[in-house]
Amino acid sequence: MIRLLKIEWTKLYHNKISRILIACYFLLITFIAFIAAIKIEVGPIKFHLAEQGIFNFPYIWHFNTFIIGYMKVFFAIIIVSMAASEYSYKTLKQNLIDGLSKKEVLLSKIYTMLAFIVASTLFTFMTSLVLGLIFSDYTEISIIFSDLEYLVAYAIKLFGFFSFCLFLGIWIKRAAFALGFLIVWQMAEGISYGLMKWQLSDWIPGLTAEHVFQFFPLNAMSNLIKEPFTRLSGIQNIAKQVGETFDKDYGFDLTSSLVVLGWSFVFLWATYRLLQKRDL
Amino acid sequence: MTPLLELQNLSKNYGKIRAVDRLSIKIEKGNVYGLLGPNGSGKSTTLGMVLNVVNPSSGSFQWFGGTLNVHQALKRIGAIIERPNFYPYMTAIQNLKLVCTIKQCSYEQVEEKLKLVELWDRRDSNFSTYSLGMKQRLAIASALVNDPELLILDEPTNGLDPKGIHQIRALITKIANQGTTVLLASHLLDEVEKVCSHVIVLKNGVKYYEGAVDELTHSQGFFELAAPNLKLLESILVQLNLFETIKLNSDKITAYPKAAIAPEVLNQKLAEKKIYLSALNFKKKTLEEQFLELTDNPNNT
Repeated sequence: MIRLLKIEWTKLYHNKISRILIACYFLLITFIAFIAAIKIEVGPIKFHLAEQGIFNFPYIWHFNTFIIGYMKVFFAIIIVSMAASEYSYKTLKQNLIDGLSKKEVLLSKIYTMLAFIVASTLFTFMTSLVLGLIFSDYTEISIIFSDLEYLVAYAIKLFGFFSFCLFLGIWIKRAAFALGFLIVWQMAEGISYGLMKWQLSDWIPGLTAEHVFQFFPLNAMSNLIKEPFTRLSGIQNIAKQVGETFDKDYGFDLTSSLVVLGWSFVFLWATYRLLQKRDL
Repeated sequence: MTPLLELQNLSKNYGKIRAVDRLSIKIEKGNVYGLLGPNGSGKSTTLGMVLNVVNPSSGSFQWFGGTLNVHQALKRIGAIIERPNFYPYMTAIQNLKLVCTIKQCSYEQVEEKLKLVELWDRRDSNFSTYSLGMKQRLAIASALVNDPELLILDEPTNGLDPKGIHQIRALITKIANQGTTVLLASHLLDEVEKVCSHVIVLKNGVKYYEGAVDELTHSQGFFELAAPNLKLLESILVQLNLFETIKLNSDKITAYPKAAIAPEVLNQKLAEKKIYLSALNFKKKTLEEQFLELTDNPNNT
């Protein structure tokens, strides 16, 4: 395992672009702290984001995993190019000839992916912990370490997304096209949701668009950590004033987790099949 | 002794095209093999199959008598196929160290092999800055970095200039002389003739010939003869009944003997018939002539 990680790390580390992207990714996670510095003062209206309660334990776990979740796009580029470049440089062929098995090729990518997920989750944990300790109104140990399942959801979300990226990189063999496909796929999920919302209940009574949509890979990933904004007391107060209430379940969603893990398995298995079947 | 590599009825189909057809080969330790064949004869596909990058359609092959699975066996051999493939943004040293990690051998040999292929001075330059000849030499260094038991080279001089070709050939000869078993695929016949002890001839995926180079090139010789009176010489040669074909050219006669006959014996026999030669050349067919004869004849399998 160490050997496979070393092989993949060597390939990434010596590549200037992936080195910069990795550095950017972790810097951006750290810099989420700067959100705390947002202060808007327009005459009598004073707005200081840190004072809105976004850094309160345990809410901060939800807020930070959601926001940092968007940074995964940076990593998508790395994962996709890490897979596709093996084809464009034809080094996959060379690696196999040198005695790496196809299984090891895939495992070296998966281990690297897992290592980044662990690092990213730890980074998110540390950043949130420090921010919370500075700004949170509640600092009792029991409150600090409640709702940590958001970090688990975060890790599953990354695993699902990166597995998808890895599959696309190997399948399409061109990094740019694979990333393009990812965007197209995102749109396709949205469009098919719209179509289902419009027609599905008419065709099959009792089946709503939501029933089907929760099984779409990218949607399931985004369902893992729901948007945290409507949970903020300030926003809820405003909503109450206009007679709206949010009765959303913001917690850890087991169904989405299973769907995402299921898709991850499908993507990784399909990647392995592709590697096995293809002649180089 | 178990062969290093054994192929049994190995076949590969690309759709309807049969690229390799029930090929059986044994590669024994210590020999230098030439895998010969025109473009598209299935050389690279055959090598691709034993090197784990092309899936065989049927048949089987074993490395080291089947004691190791393919990817374990490949760690003990060295191979370059077609173009040299390395990470362009990495230096020669970094690329070779990566190969060592994959092959699970120590970094010790990196310096020695880079010096062997005369790339030590450029060891810290990125692979992308190398010329084709340098890339090919790095590929050879990488194939040698684990002191392989078998070195497989697929068209190693393809696309190189004469100097590059010469360098690579000298290297192959040097490696072969050190006792490493080599399998050299090429369509350049003089290349094979110069360095190989054995040849395997392929055409359209079918094996046409397998054996020692000497047997192939020495099996038949032919004579080029001239005398003041060519017509007379021709009739006497026919009379002797030693030759299969006799061709009369403008200034000489080319005669192909039925069985081996030494030049001095022929000379004596002609002198006894009172004909004195002005020229006698005993020639052996080059590998190229043999090869063309083998592969051009559609009945010859």
